[in-house]
Amino acid sequence: MKKLKSIQEFKALQGKLIALQNSGIPTVVIPAGTCGQASGANDLIRIAKREMLKKNLLKKINLRITGCQGFCEMEPSVLVEPKGTFYPKVNAKDMARIIHAAAEGKVVEDLLSLDKETGRRVEKQDEIPFFKKQMRLIISRNEKVDPIRIFTYIENDGYSALAKALEKGDSAWVLNEVKSSGLRGRGGAGFPTGLKWEFLSKQPSDKGKYLACNADEGDPGAYMDRSVLEGNPHSIIEGMIIGAYATGAKDGVVYARNEYPLAVKHLIIALQQAREMGFLGENILGTSFSFDIMIVKGAGAFVCGEETALIKSIEGKTGEPRQRPPFPVQKGINNRPTAINNVETWVNIPYIINKGAAAFAKIGTNKNTGTKIFSLVGKAKNTGLVEVPMGASFRDIVYQIGGGSASKSKVKAVQTGGPSGGCIPEKMFDLTVDYDSLAKAGSIMGSGGMIVMDENTCMVDVAKYYMNFLKDESCGKCFTCRKGTQRMHEILDEVSKGKATPEKIDLLEELALAVKDTTMCGLGQTAPNPVLSTLKYFRDEYLEHINNKRCPAGVCKELITYSINDKCTGCGLCRQSCPKEAITGAKKKQHKLDTSKCIKCGVCRTICKFEAVEVK
Amino acid sequence: MVNLYINSVRVSMEEGSTLLEAARFMGFPIPTLCHMEGLSPYGACRLCVVEIGEGTRAKLVSSCTYPVEEGLKVRTASERVMKARRMVIELLLASCPQSKQIQDLASSFGVRQQRFKQEHEDCILCGLCVRMCKEQMMAGAIGFQNRGEKRVINTPFNAKSEVCRLCGGCMYVCPACQLRCTYTQPDKAICGGCANLEPPCLEKEKFDDMMCYMSPCVACEIKKD
Repeated sequence: MKKLKSIQEFKALQGKLIALQNSGIPTVVIPAGTCGQASGANDLIRIAKREMLKKNLLKKINLRITGCQGFCEMEPSVLVEPKGTFYPKVNAKDMARIIHAAAEGKVVEDLLSLDKETGRRVEKQDEIPFFKKQMRLIISRNEKVDPIRIFTYIENDGYSALAKALEKGDSAWVLNEVKSSGLRGRGGAGFPTGLKWEFLSKQPSDKGKYLACNADEGDPGAYMDRSVLEGNPHSIIEGMIIGAYATGAKDGVVYARNEYPLAVKHLIIALQQAREMGFLGENILGTSFSFDIMIVKGAGAFVCGEETALIKSIEGKTGEPRQRPPFPVQKGINNRPTAINNVETWVNIPYIINKGAAAFAKIGTNKNTGTKIFSLVGKAKNTGLVEVPMGASFRDIVYQIGGGSASKSKVKAVQTGGPSGGCIPEKMFDLTVDYDSLAKAGSIMGSGGMIVMDENTCMVDVAKYYMNFLKDESCGKCFTCRKGTQRMHEILDEVSKGKATPEKIDLLEELALAVKDTTMCGLGQTAPNPVLSTLKYFRDEYLEHINNKRCPAGVCKELITYSINDKCTGCGLCRQSCPKEAITGAKKKQHKLDTSKCIKCGVCRTICKFEAVEVK
Repeated sequence: MVNLYINSVRVSMEEGSTLLEAARFMGFPIPTLCHMEGLSPYGACRLCVVEIGEGTRAKLVSSCTYPVEEGLKVRTASERVMKARRMVIELLLASCPQSKQIQDLASSFGVRQQRFKQEHEDCILCGLCVRMCKEQMMAGAIGFQNRGEKRVINTPFNAKSEVCRLCGGCMYVCPACQLRCTYTQPDKAICGGCANLEPPCLEKEKFDDMMCYMSPCVACEIKKD
């Protein structure tokens, strides 16, 4: 790759690439992020390549391997451009048909997505309900870009925001744009990004300043940062370069989880390409501005997502938070001023500079501008990455995009913000999703995990699960966080076993409030949220466990018994699958379950086709 | 100089000093466990929390690590502070009931019961020994291991430390060890555990079959459980 020595050279290259792109040849897009690869995208790629070579189709169609496009439920999927034909859950044996149809400009009708309500096949991606209701400003770029080929990024408007900023030659203008866009940090706390940058730019720069990208995504069930890192690493790099230009930082650090091998790999390749092309390093695009980025791989501690712990981890010390002030913007990595932003925040920067702050500020609500990506998981019908404007309601996200409950039981609640967040009950689904209203409801925006729960989910069990996670992941420095999470888990365990007394609920609440108050970092201060929010909205469930020794959702093993009712047809499936031989019965006669042998594993209930296995 | 208000009393402090220093300077008592003069503040025990800020922005911070700020309004014994402090003491009592220091704290704050499952963990991981070893004795023989529930104090790789000089500084500062190992004339002690001058939290297994002068010996009692 030739190094670009000026902004003009870059523009010429971009123009050339765009002209090449508009050649009118259909492109077969195969998303192969971690999720796609796990569900078989690699096989599709292999078949597609073989078929193209065998049938000599290289001049008739293009193939593009991209990152995740968001609809994880339907992986592995294939998209055919320019029409946007979307094939969900593609079987390897059908791939050749798709390739041939694409080469001829046709559509394989029977492989298209089926709309269950109308019974019709939907051809275009944008018309599928899951995509239709979204506002995909960021995640939609994933399907346009091959993450390991910088040219595909450049031809899709890539690095033009950087060129625009450099051409203006005014760092104050960039700062002002970000400030007036109203962008708030996407890591969870929602601190205004422009303000943070302004603080950094005002710090003395004699020793150098740092910019950091927090890619230590650790919430259970959240993976939007991973998909951006894997699918569009250059947009993060571009965001950081623009940030450096605005604030005068010289060094950048991406703190990525080691558990994201593909993300780290793509990032390393992207950084190398950006350096070769002259977007990073000394004298970027021939200007006097210099900046470079390095990668630090995290060792997997949840707490290292907290900014002061992240700084220590980057410095090579134990990842433990410290007292703020001094804030990282005053004293960060190696005691130098540092601004840390989340992956999603950085990705928004090129968009803001390209389209202008005013256009960005129009999206969303007044104090919560832009879009937010959520990972919608759990018991929803359509799971995947969902990008909506700030201020969308839970009802829209869960029912219109998520398609409601995947099973026959109703949706009961949504858990947002990971272990630090809380549960929002169904009756409050008209609540808008933004930083302020979520905080008011006792949850947090967090990095964007959204777990849908139906009536088969026990809220005590949910709180216990998160407390178990937190007691392992607390760094252990603050006594109240370390011991408090352990004690909360202990009480929740008692409740779930039916051994708790009603006074324990008061103690649990008192303890939760004390932990919230007395810990130092964000992890500890938000750790009691799962307990407090479930106590607030689902207290009856706690009381049911304690007073009547009953788990209404049928989850807590100590409080439930399995039995077989008269719907049983005597098919014998449960009898054969029971690991403890607790089920007996003759063929075609109602079976019986011996509760003394039953270990409540639930296999019989899952396998029964007649809903004959009951839980009480 | 930085001017701030502690319980509505104006105080002028040197820049870089902490809220704890300011409060103690003015004579307001703040209990601490993990703080010791001469060692760097750590903020682990959370006993020294004070309330700062006003209205909805009021929050609790650990006074031993929070630097003085111009115009800051600090309350060292508000209802919120006392409630939190009592809960911290209750948690401490539940984990380390034998420590004299913790018992004294409970008594002075009127904590007369603890409602959790009783444990005898003893070590509250305040980190005084770690800092003593590193900052005053210049050895750095012990440190923290693991995180969360599994966090313990230990020597690197759980092996006998080569830099440990058996000075006993770690035991001297330990709020949980105190009762157990203060015997000043080692030769008169029968079990010899004290003579070894190694903290029992690291060397619990060594004196398995020894007789002990303490009746009952806390370390042995715990081992029995």
